[in-house]
Amino acid sequence: MEKQLRVNPIECSGHGACAELLPEMISLDEWGYPLIDPRPVPPALERQARRAVSNCPVLALHLNRLP
Amino acid sequence: MPMRRSEPAFTPPTPFGLAPDGLPRLLPAGTRAPQGLQEHLARHGFVPYRDARLQLAADLRAAGLTGRGGASFPAYRKLEAVAGARGRPFVVANGAEGEPASSKDASLLWLAPHLVLDGIQLAAEAVGAQEACLYLHDGQGDQIAASLRQALTERWLARIDRVPVRLAGAPPRFLAGQETALVNVLNGGLALPAFTPPRVFERGVGGAPTLVQNVETLAHMALIARYGPGWFRQVGTQAEPGSMLATIRHADGMVRIVEAAVGTPLRDLLKADFGTDGTHGTAQAILVGGYHGTWLPAPAAAGLTLDNAGLQAAGASVGAGVLVALPASSCGLAETARVVRYLALESAGQCGPCLNGLPRIADGLAALAAPRPDARVRTDIERWARLVSGRGACHHPDGSVRFVRSALTVFAAELRLHERGVCSASSRQPFLPLPAGEPARDEDWS
Repeated sequence: MEKQLRVNPIECSGHGACAELLPEMISLDEWGYPLIDPRPVPPALERQARRAVSNCPVLALHLNRLP
Repeated sequence: MPMRRSEPAFTPPTPFGLAPDGLPRLLPAGTRAPQGLQEHLARHGFVPYRDARLQLAADLRAAGLTGRGGASFPAYRKLEAVAGARGRPFVVANGAEGEPASSKDASLLWLAPHLVLDGIQLAAEAVGAQEACLYLHDGQGDQIAASLRQALTERWLARIDRVPVRLAGAPPRFLAGQETALVNVLNGGLALPAFTPPRVFERGVGGAPTLVQNVETLAHMALIARYGPGWFRQVGTQAEPGSMLATIRHADGMVRIVEAAVGTPLRDLLKADFGTDGTHGTAQAILVGGYHGTWLPAPAAAGLTLDNAGLQAAGASVGAGVLVALPASSCGLAETARVVRYLALESAGQCGPCLNGLPRIADGLAALAAPRPDARVRTDIERWARLVSGRGACHHPDGSVRFVRSALTVFAAELRLHERGVCSASSRQPFLPLPAGEPARDEDWS
């Protein structure tokens, strides 16, 4: 099943841990907030994506199943 | 039908259900006086309760009614979603008209309150709600709120309403009517948008599945329930049937509330503003859809129609029916800068990109509105616009960016003049309306 990363922009405080853990799919804008690749997460990156999700200090990053 | 009133007995019109011809449908024709309960009943008859759930949804689907609050979402789909969700639903009539350039909802609530109140009852019946509320700005609408309170009492005593409706005050903020912000207010919180899901039709007021409909949409429902989908489709286009209220601000400053068939040529609505040949009128540009909307050059707008199919080709949409004709004497860049400053201040400030991006975009526009802006400002604005688009919990950044981008396109010639230290405007008087207390101008030509 394909999965997609999504950030809750209200919770996100621009900590930046996600971009460090998953630079292949997440970069930071000039204010430190994540720019997320909207494409499905490739299976090879899913473990890393999960780590990025669980390491967000405010739990703002989500890995959602695509319908 | 139980009608216990001390006033003269009401005589039903004959034949019952005779559909009114032509326009206006919603507002009483030829008067600026509010339509009282007796007049309303004489004109339209009693509330056509169906005594069944969702029957109305089928009619709304056949009618092709879409939401008149700005998003043009099919009305029947909201009803079905709420009726199908788990729990006892709640109905909210959304009269919070945070858009400073719009006053059609306030006009409707003042002039034809009973159509809206009928719509609330019918919507509540259709989704199985036993509670409803009418949400509106209380400051600007003190008189309106008082008249609605009286209308609700009258209806309750006459046993017209089956579901109690309470009035709830909306704070005077641009985003107060945004669905999730509205739910937060009704749940005792601030007018702050929320991250979705859950959508309000799943979990809204008090956790209940919540139907939020614009007050004009509800008024159309009240008429469709009486006269049927075929009648509704007698005006409008095949794809976008019916009529809609529009707030039209002409280049001479006059403001009119008009009920127009969807698909009406803009040329007919803005005659004087376009001039006779459509290119030499008093307006240089038309703002379509309000401050989350799109600027169009007047000559281009003159060939368009008031429907999404017609406007989308030009990158615009009808929104909540705001049309503003900007006079040639005003500076489009200065006007846009003033409004974008307001939009930046109206950000809820919850999402990083919007919180950081909108004030910078506003500063950039203020620089473009002033003489000899730095050449880098334009590219900075473009970059910030890309950075805020699609990155908020609500659509405030997206709508604001749409407005900004269209300004940079439509007022490109003016921008070249500013780069040489010249402004074509003969008036520095602010034209686009903002709530009182907002900064009137922040550009400096002195």
